[in-house]
Amino acid sequence: MTMKRRTLLALTLATGLTAPGIALAQADTIKIGLLATFEGAFTVLGEDSERGAMTAVDEFGGMVAGKKIEIVKGSSDASPDSAVRAARKLVEQDGVKILVGPLSGDEGIAVKDYAKTHPDVTFLNGSSAAQDTTLRDPADNFFRFSTDGAQWMAGLGTYAYNDRGYKKVATVAEDYSFPYTQVFGFMAEFCKAGGTVPSKSWVPIGNKDYSSVIAAIPDDVDAIYVALGGADAVNFLSQYNDAGGQAPLIGGSITVDQTVLTAKGRMRDVLIGTPAAGPTADTNDSQAWKDFTAAYKKQDGAFPSPSLFAHAYYINMKAALLALDKVGGDLSDDGAKLRQELSTISFETPTGKVSLDSNRNAIADMYLTEVSEAADGTLVNKLIKVTPQVNQTLGIPTDEFLALGAVSRENPSCP
Amino acid sequence: MADASRSTPKPLSQGQGMTRRQGVGLGLLVLAAIFVWMVFAQWPDWLNAILISKKAFLSAILNGLTLAGLYFLVASGFTLVFGLMRNVNLAHGSLYLLGAYIGYEFAEWTGYWLLGVAAGFLILAVVGLVMQVLVFRRLEGDDLRQTLVTIGISVVAADLMLAYWGGTTYQILTPEWLSGAVQLPIVTAVRSNGTEVLLVYPFYRIVVLVSAIVIGVGLWALVNRTRIGAMIRAGVDDRDMLAASGVNVHVVFAVVFALGAGLAGLAGVVGGSALSVAPGEDVRYLLASLVVVIVGGMGSIVGAAIGALIIGLAEQIGLVYFPTYGVVLTFVIMVVTLAIRPQGIMGGTR
Amino acid sequence: MSDLPLSPAQKPAGARSWIETLGLAHILLGLFLLIYPAMASDFFLTQIGGYSLVLGMISLSLMLLAGYGGMVSLAQITVAGAAGYVVAIFGVNNSGVHGFGWPWWVFVPLAIAIASLVSALIGWIAVRTEGIYTIMITLAVATACFYFTQQNYALFNGFPGYNGLRAPEVFGVYWRDPVPFYYLCLAMATLAYAAVLYGARSTFGLTLQAIRDNPRRMRAIGFNVTAHKVFAWWLAGLIAGAAGVLLVWFNGRISPGTIAVGPAINILVIAIIGGLRHPIGPFLGAVVVTLMQTFAIDIIGAERFNTLIGLVFLLIVFISPDGILGLWERFRPQAGREDWRTFRTATKQVGNKGRKT
Repeated sequence: MTMKRRTLLALTLATGLTAPGIALAQADTIKIGLLATFEGAFTVLGEDSERGAMTAVDEFGGMVAGKKIEIVKGSSDASPDSAVRAARKLVEQDGVKILVGPLSGDEGIAVKDYAKTHPDVTFLNGSSAAQDTTLRDPADNFFRFSTDGAQWMAGLGTYAYNDRGYKKVATVAEDYSFPYTQVFGFMAEFCKAGGTVPSKSWVPIGNKDYSSVIAAIPDDVDAIYVALGGADAVNFLSQYNDAGGQAPLIGGSITVDQTVLTAKGRMRDVLIGTPAAGPTADTNDSQAWKDFTAAYKKQDGAFPSPSLFAHAYYINMKAALLALDKVGGDLSDDGAKLRQELSTISFETPTGKVSLDSNRNAIADMYLTEVSEAADGTLVNKLIKVTPQVNQTLGIPTDEFLALGAVSRENPSCP
Repeated sequence: MADASRSTPKPLSQGQGMTRRQGVGLGLLVLAAIFVWMVFAQWPDWLNAILISKKAFLSAILNGLTLAGLYFLVASGFTLVFGLMRNVNLAHGSLYLLGAYIGYEFAEWTGYWLLGVAAGFLILAVVGLVMQVLVFRRLEGDDLRQTLVTIGISVVAADLMLAYWGGTTYQILTPEWLSGAVQLPIVTAVRSNGTEVLLVYPFYRIVVLVSAIVIGVGLWALVNRTRIGAMIRAGVDDRDMLAASGVNVHVVFAVVFALGAGLAGLAGVVGGSALSVAPGEDVRYLLASLVVVIVGGMGSIVGAAIGALIIGLAEQIGLVYFPTYGVVLTFVIMVVTLAIRPQGIMGGTR
Repeated sequence: MSDLPLSPAQKPAGARSWIETLGLAHILLGLFLLIYPAMASDFFLTQIGGYSLVLGMISLSLMLLAGYGGMVSLAQITVAGAAGYVVAIFGVNNSGVHGFGWPWWVFVPLAIAIASLVSALIGWIAVRTEGIYTIMITLAVATACFYFTQQNYALFNGFPGYNGLRAPEVFGVYWRDPVPFYYLCLAMATLAYAAVLYGARSTFGLTLQAIRDNPRRMRAIGFNVTAHKVFAWWLAGLIAGAAGVLLVWFNGRISPGTIAVGPAINILVIAIIGGLRHPIGPFLGAVVVTLMQTFAIDIIGAERFNTLIGLVFLLIVFISPDGILGLWERFRPQAGREDWRTFRTATKQVGNKGRKT
């Protein structure tokens, strides 16, 4: 009879599965899903993105159109699979009608694909910045008020060639879509200006030892363009320092982000003076940015200055709340009005005006920066120049831009 | 394995053996000569064209050697524990990471890097001791359950470390006297104006390599020249027999486990100073030690050294010359080893 | 089914009614699973029901190897992934790479066939070593496959993998809709479950168990031990492959993350928590783990989910090597003890093998 009992046990257990499903949201609250990397190697970035999103919620006093905002968190580990799984739980189990996230590039592409299967749910990007999330085969209900990795590079290539006089640059970046996008953005301008890129090193994800990669970079380049984030950036920079690195660096957006600048390590010497570009600049002295920084710092465990993850989540969350406010918190039509509002909305952010293009990707100001030492000894990104209203095709006509092809290891190329 | 494991390799058949050995020796000699030439000669252009540059090649070799040193430190503990207790400790990577975090904390707290290294070793040795006494001793003889327990421990440990130290990357700062780069007396290129460019290499990495060699020799001496070493070797060959001859095997087990865990902790601090400390490193070093001991042969210190050398070099050379599939190379080596010699290069016949 | 270990000769099945043959508990469980869609929300139906069945099938393939063959593999998710990638490459995807658009009745059998071959290949590598080595080697193989798929864009589309994999529409039914998908998973799982139950009593199954218990003796009396083990891997590959097809239809995508080290260990955790003694174990484990995975974020926060599941796993390994099934055995009434003798603990066998020859 062993078997029968065992199977009965299974039965008992299975009855647990019929537990009541969705607890219906009360009429006076609006549920918003917040999807970020709260586990895995990008945990720090995920936590900061939550601070950014909560800054926007707090700005509205936790209320929109007379309804209470309820944030439901979903966690991924930066892999596309986990992002979709978390999104699915938020949408199908918790019943959110608005979802803000995810954080990293390929997660964004995966969630965009998932969004197509739920046209009644409104998706806003988190900080994911892969080009194809909105450029090719976009989803009608996926909005990106933060910009993509190629846009972030606006102004950098020209500046490196004209102002810094770098003619020959080697690149070092991680081997996946977001760094491809960043390198693309940099090279689009740099090669057009006349520069060449004789060597591109794509470092496998998870590699921590860059010293051999550093040694293999040709000696005769004028500078090294580095698009690495988080732990990888810290590793690269300190090893570059240890190896007695001579060539100046050019930074990708997340290479000189606050998450890297605040890390401990022997990398000040190689970092100071590094030009980079991105959607934010720490020393931006506009009042809006100062107010945003002050509001952000009220969050627990905040960095000295918001990281670009905090910034992106803030912008997207704010867009959602502004649009919700406009439609009076009315989602009864499966959010059709809300999405209509979102696609036409244009608003002032701490970093200038943001509006959407026809693919629902943001057009926004980009900041050319340089790492420098602040009065209190911390490293910050000093603002050099603002490139106003950069669109996804970097000012190139859409057809021409699409003809450049999707970003990859080989594309673009100008040896 | 009651079927009389012996760590001695199969004797080669006499007549043929000599010529074959000579052949291999000659081949090695030629390779060594070529290598020495590559290190000291000025490279012709065609060689630069094939191998990117002399600097890249030599750096890859040197980095491979230092990485091998690091891998050896981690894997030697793993292989000792397995050899003696048949315990595949899949939490070995967690010990590495924990050692790194503890080393970081101590170095920050006391301001002395060496104290951090010592703390990494000692505290992890205690952790290993506790694991052996509280956990593995209870499951003795049940290899599979022991291994499963180590999987469970690694999952929980990784999560708790993430909870406590967060996902931030830590860099254990080496003291001034260890940092910076040194010029090695090797000319990598000659500038057009006749000045010679010398190979520049981080001093700390040379120290890592040297300490790994010192520790390796020390371990070898411990195992082969001391009383406890004799017990360990006896235990590797036949545990039951060792117990029967009046040795308290539990003490031997505990000492070896503590030593193995301590070495992992030490490697954590040393590696965390060369690279960095972050979540996920546990799995990385666990896999590295797995591959190293599979290639080198389970339970053999010399095997761990050989395995570490092969894997370390393969990883770095792969990273420079074919970055796309470099990561896979180490695993290919492992599979090939398994196909030709399932017990590993220095593994005894099982 | 109360007498699983007994051979038909001892208790001819023909002499009993079909209820007896099938077992009352099986019928009840089957009925419950059949009417489950009437009780559950869509989320529960797919995310818990369907997903548990799929994970259960992958764990079942591990249970087959570990329980009957004494080979604990960490590469089962890799085998499932192989099938998933075949679906992505030969079916339709919207990643713009490959996606030949072959009909499902071609690429599904192809996927399962390729997965079973991959499984046999991994098995062929793994059976060169014994016992505890198998875990290490399969872990290393699984990781190698993970890295390879992550780096290779030509075939596997690298890190992002393949998006937009849709289940086919057959007989006017879209098989990824909650109810059809659930029944599809249920049917496949039942098939695999019954096959394993039956297979365990077949000549091959009994031989495999004998090899597990004493490979040397079996070799001595003329059995080709290696061939039997590799064949078991091939069979496990069929089950894992079928589950892999369902898995990519469930996720709608596949990427290296699907077959990373974490998911690989997860499969082992499921099998151990459920129990390796009987094919129902992996499914029990899958339900428990899926429920925990889905709702841990609401109870203890997403951050500490792994601690929870790790502790449960440790607890199970410590107090009950046979998983939930073993717990049940321990605390149930004394009746029916005699069945114990006939069905011996696979885990113990594997464990002791290294010492007593």
